[in-house]
Amino acid sequence: MTPVFKKEFLGYFRSPVGYVILAAFHFAVIALALYFGYYRNSQATLFTLFVRLPWVLAIFIPAVGMRLWSEEKRSGSIELLFTLPISPRSAVVAKFLAALCFICVGLCLTFSLAITTSYLGDPDWGVIFSGYIGAALTSAAFLAITAACSALTKNQVIALVLSILICVLSTLIGSDWLAQFLANKVPTGMLDVLRLFSFEQHFEAMSRGLIDISAISFYVTLTLAFLGINMVVIER
Amino acid sequence: MVTVDRLVKDYGTLRAVDGVSFTINKGDILGFLGPNGAGKSTTMKMITGFLTPTSGKATVDGFDVTENPIEVKQRIGYLPESSAAYPEMTVVEFLTYVAEARGITDKEEVTSRLADVIVKCHLDSVKYRTIENLSKGYRQRVGVAQAIIHDPQVLILDEPTDGLDPNQKHEVRKLIQAMAKDKAIVLSTHILEEVEAICNRVIIIDQGKVLVDETPEAFKARKPGATIDEVFRDITNKNILA
Repeated sequence: MTPVFKKEFLGYFRSPVGYVILAAFHFAVIALALYFGYYRNSQATLFTLFVRLPWVLAIFIPAVGMRLWSEEKRSGSIELLFTLPISPRSAVVAKFLAALCFICVGLCLTFSLAITTSYLGDPDWGVIFSGYIGAALTSAAFLAITAACSALTKNQVIALVLSILICVLSTLIGSDWLAQFLANKVPTGMLDVLRLFSFEQHFEAMSRGLIDISAISFYVTLTLAFLGINMVVIER
Repeated sequence: MVTVDRLVKDYGTLRAVDGVSFTINKGDILGFLGPNGAGKSTTMKMITGFLTPTSGKATVDGFDVTENPIEVKQRIGYLPESSAAYPEMTVVEFLTYVAEARGITDKEEVTSRLADVIVKCHLDSVKYRTIENLSKGYRQRVGVAQAIIHDPQVLILDEPTDGLDPNQKHEVRKLIQAMAKDKAIVLSTHILEEVEAICNRVIIIDQGKVLVDETPEAFKARKPGATIDEVFRDITNKNILA
């Protein structure tokens, strides 16, 4: 498993694509944090960074994970991979962890804003820590979705579009914006059910410092479920 | 060493491989011949464990490919038809990855195996170049190098000399012959002289079925005075007409 992990992780840095994705992610996250009033609010928190993070991740993570299986299928190297003495399960987990580590590099870069905050004020590090845990868990779930989509097709663009669609929709279904839009059109009970499946709602709790068991089990279940789908598709 | 027993592979309603059986032992070089789409690559992919047979079984060193895929894969070196590799990796990075994934964990051993295959496959001048910048001939040699890096007991080579110039073809054939003493080798090819030059057994497969399984000498003796190409044409055309 380790050689596949190593190859995949280092693969992100073998071409300019990895650096471009990291730079674009960093720029988008910081720009949104500033736009939503990082300085204006005069609060020593990273709330403005976390508030729109699931939306950025819903685009950034499919861009990172789209190649995981599509590229192997397109180039034919999947034949080499599965004639090595590696089980499909190890290959799925190794690729997933490698991409997750790359995403964590992206998340670590945004730590620059946390350092700025500690320079300007006295932030609650517990809340920041919980926010980053939430971001990592959201990333893991989005990545599992992307990996499963990537296993379905040899076309990276299809994998990208499909996974962005699923990630954005699953973020949207519990957003306040959709709740206001549907307020008088559907029963409140239905909106509550939708919120149970929403990334934004679960992440929001964690970005406020609440490490919620229901949120963690939501992320972990979803991640495992999509990794399972990935495995079934690959073994087919 | 390798036993293939009534192997069948269906793709939907199409039967790509239809009851192929053969056994090869250490020291054998089996030439797998047939027109395009005859089922050569599919049969090879089933032996390597990449494809699951619809029915029948293949065993390598006593291990069933379907039941013990990892044990089988440890004993096989495989050169895919597309000589698949990762274009953005350098030759050394790629071969190191394959060696490690093949279970060679000791760094010194990886280095010595790497040095060995680089010499055997004449890759020294390009070892730090990325694979995407190599010519087809060099890529093919990288493919052969990754197939032999772990010194496997069984080698499955899908068109190993494809894309090579005459000198390189000669080199690869010499390499295959030199390795044959302690290995069982299956290679597919379109080049019939290759079979004559290096194989001690020839199997002709067409439309998924084995038509001929004999020595190259017996194969050539089917039509005295004719070239091996003519004998091949006769057999495969007969099959089309039949």
